[in-house]
Amino acid sequence: MSSRHEETTRRTASGQPGERADEFTTVSNHPVRRLYTPEDLSGWEPVRKLVLPGEPPYTRGIHPLMYRSRLWTMRQFAGFGSAEDSNQRFRYLLSQGQTGLSVAFDLPTLMGYDSDHALAEGEVGKCGVAISSLADMELLFDRIPLGGVSTSMTINSPAAIIWAMYLAVAEKQGVDWAALNGTLQNDILKEYIAQKEYIYPPKPSMRLVIDTFEFGARHTPKFNAISISGYHIREAGSTAIQELAFTLRDAIEYVEWGVARGMGVDDFAPRLSFFFNAHNDFFEEIAKYRAARRIWHRVMTERFGAKSPRSWALRFHAQTAGCSLTAQQPYNNVVRTALQALAAVMGGAQSLHTNSLDEAWALPTEFAATLALRTQQILAHESGVTSVADPLGGSYFLETLTNEVEAGALEYIRKIDAMGGMIPAIERGFPQREIADSAYRYQVAVDRKEKIIVGVNEFTGEEKPLETLQIDESVRGSQTERLRSLRAERSSDAVQRSLSALRKGAEGSENLMPLIYDTVKDYATLGEICAALQEVFGTHEEAAVT
Amino acid sequence: MLEKRIRVLIAKPGLDGHDRGAKIIARALRDAGMEVIYTGLRQTPEMIASAALQEDVDVIGLSILSGAHNTLAPQLMNLLHEKGMDGVTVLLGGTIPAADIPALKKAGIAEIFLPGTSTQDIVDFVRQSVEAKAR
Repeated sequence: MSSRHEETTRRTASGQPGERADEFTTVSNHPVRRLYTPEDLSGWEPVRKLVLPGEPPYTRGIHPLMYRSRLWTMRQFAGFGSAEDSNQRFRYLLSQGQTGLSVAFDLPTLMGYDSDHALAEGEVGKCGVAISSLADMELLFDRIPLGGVSTSMTINSPAAIIWAMYLAVAEKQGVDWAALNGTLQNDILKEYIAQKEYIYPPKPSMRLVIDTFEFGARHTPKFNAISISGYHIREAGSTAIQELAFTLRDAIEYVEWGVARGMGVDDFAPRLSFFFNAHNDFFEEIAKYRAARRIWHRVMTERFGAKSPRSWALRFHAQTAGCSLTAQQPYNNVVRTALQALAAVMGGAQSLHTNSLDEAWALPTEFAATLALRTQQILAHESGVTSVADPLGGSYFLETLTNEVEAGALEYIRKIDAMGGMIPAIERGFPQREIADSAYRYQVAVDRKEKIIVGVNEFTGEEKPLETLQIDESVRGSQTERLRSLRAERSSDAVQRSLSALRKGAEGSENLMPLIYDTVKDYATLGEICAALQEVFGTHEEAAVT
Repeated sequence: MLEKRIRVLIAKPGLDGHDRGAKIIARALRDAGMEVIYTGLRQTPEMIASAALQEDVDVIGLSILSGAHNTLAPQLMNLLHEKGMDGVTVLLGGTIPAADIPALKKAGIAEIFLPGTSTQDIVDFVRQSVEAKAR
């Protein structure tokens, strides 16, 4: 069949320019042939590999009915300025039909510094909300009943501390922890690889992650203890295959550590969740999500002997690609985002964030954020793609690409296994270097116009600038004032006692969550708690790879 | 003729860890034949100014995607002035709202490069500004 097509196209090509380019590749530089036929899938057994949606290995999705039974959670990442500012945005988004919250924290919070720390100057409230203590967290969730929402929190190095604050707010609201729904990002490995918001060295950081797994398995059965993230790896410039491979290899690392702690794999694996990018290349992205589910099923059953189907099914959140947004002709971003979101939906995402058109310039305005949410609502209610489970299953191209992406990722996973796992791989800079190489290759291709970006290297034209969100510079001042009165009002004896108990605990090997919870309840600040742990754990320094 | 190679310090000030852009620019300038020093992450303006002095660079390229540019960039410019390093060309790249650009230029930033800038444009700008100062 494909040879007949080869013949036909060769004949039509004679004398005429047949194809637009010598080679066609995905945005990840993966080769794409001109046509896919059953021959590409020869030896491939749909009965075993594909089966039905809701059946292992879940290539076609983790639910039998997919979006016919329940739409994905529309979860817009938001947070800026003070806790009061963000609380207002959250309550607005919920009133507009958003179905889950997703908290963005500012850089000082992500790095474990209080808003009044010298290094926080200029950063407070800028790319997320400033949270320095339980008092700020109480304001952030004021009049938002935690029993009725699902909350995702993008926090990593200080994840255990921020989570303890969330649990303390729930307790104050009288909400049973067992009823809490949400996700803690808590994925420290991808910080060393890509996003670089690390504090402690890898091993003590991993201990904190496993402490949250253990604590969560006991107290918060509906809360995802981690969101193992490829998003940031992709944003740092990886290919789709690298994103998939490094994320899944990170996940393997977490499971190995959990098992080594003495937990049964089925006791915590059902609470592992994933987070992938939704980039420009439509079919490659869908193939990536399908391959992810298939590999994870195999990892859980074959590598870890998981018995529970809930451990086997890879659930994921997707976010459209921030790095694909252009500062030039920003309204084009609405279209890009819609296509990327469609890929996430066709790939079976459980929740989704769509970026706003103005994010190459600044944090989104309320107008831009609303339009991004509307994009999801149009996909869900107008496009018709939600009426069928896995509408693209069986496409020769998509199934072949899924197989290729799967094979490429497995190859990387084998390589990292041979290095002794992800931590040794990170220490020798392997994933970092692979990503930097891919990022540079892509930039060169864009500079040479081998890859076209509309409005940037082709179809350019002047535009008038957008109205962007201005973050009030007064947030640092008001936060500093609030911290000063907090420190004056709280019992400093209690704070010193709970912090020194935490330090002592950190020197041993017990689970630190209960000790962290005590410090938080005494209104120790995030900076104080992180510094106490740093005294014991030390600080991570990376050898920069350029 | 022995031409002195252009020396560039690529620096990541503040807490921001997004280093994709900084690394790409470092590599592109190096491929263009320049001597490039990359500071790594989380540098204070003081650290950047002393690195620039120590390395005797012609150009400093700052990369900021966290929104802290209005604080960090002018701080660096003041420090360079105090150290008598007004001859160093300072460039800024990252997520910079259009409204902030005039004040940053007034503070002495030679040029602001927004997302989507080709690396060739940056290479050309660096060469031209160093040549202009050498004259």
